[in-house]
Amino acid sequence: MRTALKYLALLGYIVFLAFPLVWLLSTALKTPQEMANLDPTWIPRRPTLANFADAFGEQDIVGSAARSLAVALASAVITVVVALPAAYALARFRSALNKVAIGWVLVSQVFPVILIIIPLFMVLRRLELVNTLPGLALVHVTFTLPFALWMLQGYVRAVPRELEEAASVDGAGRLRALASVVAPLLVPGVVATLLFAFISSWNEFLFALVVLKDPEVATLPLTLVKFTGPEGVVRLGPLAAASLLATIPSLAFFAVIQRRLRSGLMAGAVKG
Amino acid sequence: MRRWSAALAVAAVVLAAGCSGGGGDGGDAASDGPVKLRFLSLAWQKESIAANKQLVDEWNTANPKIQVEYVQGSWDNVNDQLVTSFEAGDPPDVIHDDSPALSGFASRGFLLDLSSTLPAELKGDIPQAAWDTVTFGDGKGGQGVYGVPFLQESQVLFANKKLLDASGVRVPTSDDPWTWDEFAAATKKMTKGGAYGVAWPMKSPVNKVLSLGLNFGGTFFTTEGGKTTVKVGPEEREVLRRIHDQLHKDKSADPSALGMGTADPLPGFFAGKYAIVPAGVYLRQQVAEQAPDGFEWVTLPPLKGVTAQQGATSQTLSVAADSKHPQESVKFISFFLNGPNQARLAKGDWLLPTSTAAAADPAMTTKDNFWDVATASAKNLVVAPYLKVNGYDEWKSKVGTPTLQEYFAGKISLDEAAKKLVEEGDKVLERYAQ
Repeated sequence: MRTALKYLALLGYIVFLAFPLVWLLSTALKTPQEMANLDPTWIPRRPTLANFADAFGEQDIVGSAARSLAVALASAVITVVVALPAAYALARFRSALNKVAIGWVLVSQVFPVILIIIPLFMVLRRLELVNTLPGLALVHVTFTLPFALWMLQGYVRAVPRELEEAASVDGAGRLRALASVVAPLLVPGVVATLLFAFISSWNEFLFALVVLKDPEVATLPLTLVKFTGPEGVVRLGPLAAASLLATIPSLAFFAVIQRRLRSGLMAGAVKG
Repeated sequence: MRRWSAALAVAAVVLAAGCSGGGGDGGDAASDGPVKLRFLSLAWQKESIAANKQLVDEWNTANPKIQVEYVQGSWDNVNDQLVTSFEAGDPPDVIHDDSPALSGFASRGFLLDLSSTLPAELKGDIPQAAWDTVTFGDGKGGQGVYGVPFLQESQVLFANKKLLDASGVRVPTSDDPWTWDEFAAATKKMTKGGAYGVAWPMKSPVNKVLSLGLNFGGTFFTTEGGKTTVKVGPEEREVLRRIHDQLHKDKSADPSALGMGTADPLPGFFAGKYAIVPAGVYLRQQVAEQAPDGFEWVTLPPLKGVTAQQGATSQTLSVAADSKHPQESVKFISFFLNGPNQARLAKGDWLLPTSTAAAADPAMTTKDNFWDVATASAKNLVVAPYLKVNGYDEWKSKVGTPTLQEYFAGKISLDEAAKKLVEEGDKVLERYAQ
């Protein structure tokens, strides 16, 4: 009975999560007339691919998705590469600087983005990175880094210091202990941080809007917004079709990487 | 771990390859190459994008020395995008926006004053009432023309033909439009069998109400001695009260439509739940595209109070003050907005051209999709009084919108609404006057 209830709850949760995607799919396959029907149906009465044709015909969806993917992968990887050693240092070496650093990380999260966007643009211009994807990736790293650092620091703290000490007792140096003991235990944390950084960058709009000028470098959020008009009026069909495709790379990335998201590796590692 | 490191390395290589190929030059061509202009367009409807792109292509073919790059922006965030690029000194050369946004940009010196650079032909083709919508202070005590107005919108009525005919009311024409009294009587008659006579989508009520307010001479703002204050007198109250009466006294307007955006009542309109939906002329596109087979609809001309005047704003093309090629930009605008081209743009956006030559184009006067009614309504457009009010945007979002929504929802009286609009509004405007 308890198992059945658990499955029921799980089913409810899956339905809740799947609802927007299924609705998106249903909308993407509907004609404009059907979308304006007062009694909407899940299954389109006269399914059409015209919305996909419009979305792909009018806008460079594939190109902008590829650029978004490049930027998101870049910023996710760079974020983790930079944040991981910093997080280890923050978690393991206690000093007065730690508190200041952590305080600074938290403070940086409360700055309104709009305040720093113009100075940031000027810095990028000086570096000749305006209107380039590396420039955008750099901005994304800057803004994902504090929270990534915060996240990873928590994961590092969760790895008992005793495990490293045990490795030293067995003759491992610090680097060896890090590589063979700590690193494998941090994989779930790294994966979670990668996912966070990837999705933050994949969905990011405002910086992309300011940094990227030309259609040849536009990322996916900039392309999707082109289906919206004034006063919140949108071209729902093409927008749904394009948005549906926009979810695929992030779903694929998650599918590939999620197997590493396991917990319980350290259960029972330290007794007493 | 080794596999993991390898995956990271591969990802890094992929992204490096992806990134390195993507950068645009963004700058100008070599000195002996063609001049490059960046044109930020806000066209968003399928036909409109096609018309814009086609015009740019035609220009580029005919002008190999001045090449225009078409960049599509979005109404949703264009002003954020522009503020940052103006501040950073890297704006597009030719900018599509609407006249309410130009005032602030002009006073900060971001836009070029076009008054002495536009060709006489273009100046003469567009009536003064439209030029008034783009004439603003330059922030130094002078006045300038900061854009070329090219598309305008009037508020018309969309009616379900079957319900309209069944009600037996007089069908209005452009020469003899409905008065507000006739409109109220008609919507009362059409309210039966679960259907409402009218749906007022009031998610963004301010521009609509202020524009219609001119029907009774309501301007909502008054300027004396250089100081602008909010005014809600008998003239301003007329339209407010009449809409409120339809909602709460006659019960001929559906209160549940109040929270809707402009296009949201369409499903109910098509299902016969609403007989009439008041909206801008551009909504004809959505109605024509989305109406189910066999659904008959008509566009009725704007309502008349003391007059049929409505407040107009315009879509505009401007030149950035920081543009390196202002003369070439003006040349491009003059081509892009000539009479025949404005007709193509207006057709693509289902809006009204400001060009008198374009308004006479057969495509603008055909009975198909009620272009004749839409184009005839342009004669009622005068410059919206709020267009020249510093701080209007803040007044609208902080005071106007919530107060009007509360009033139409029946939560506060007309006196209370008027008091809020004036007292809280004046505080906002005062800040901008200092």
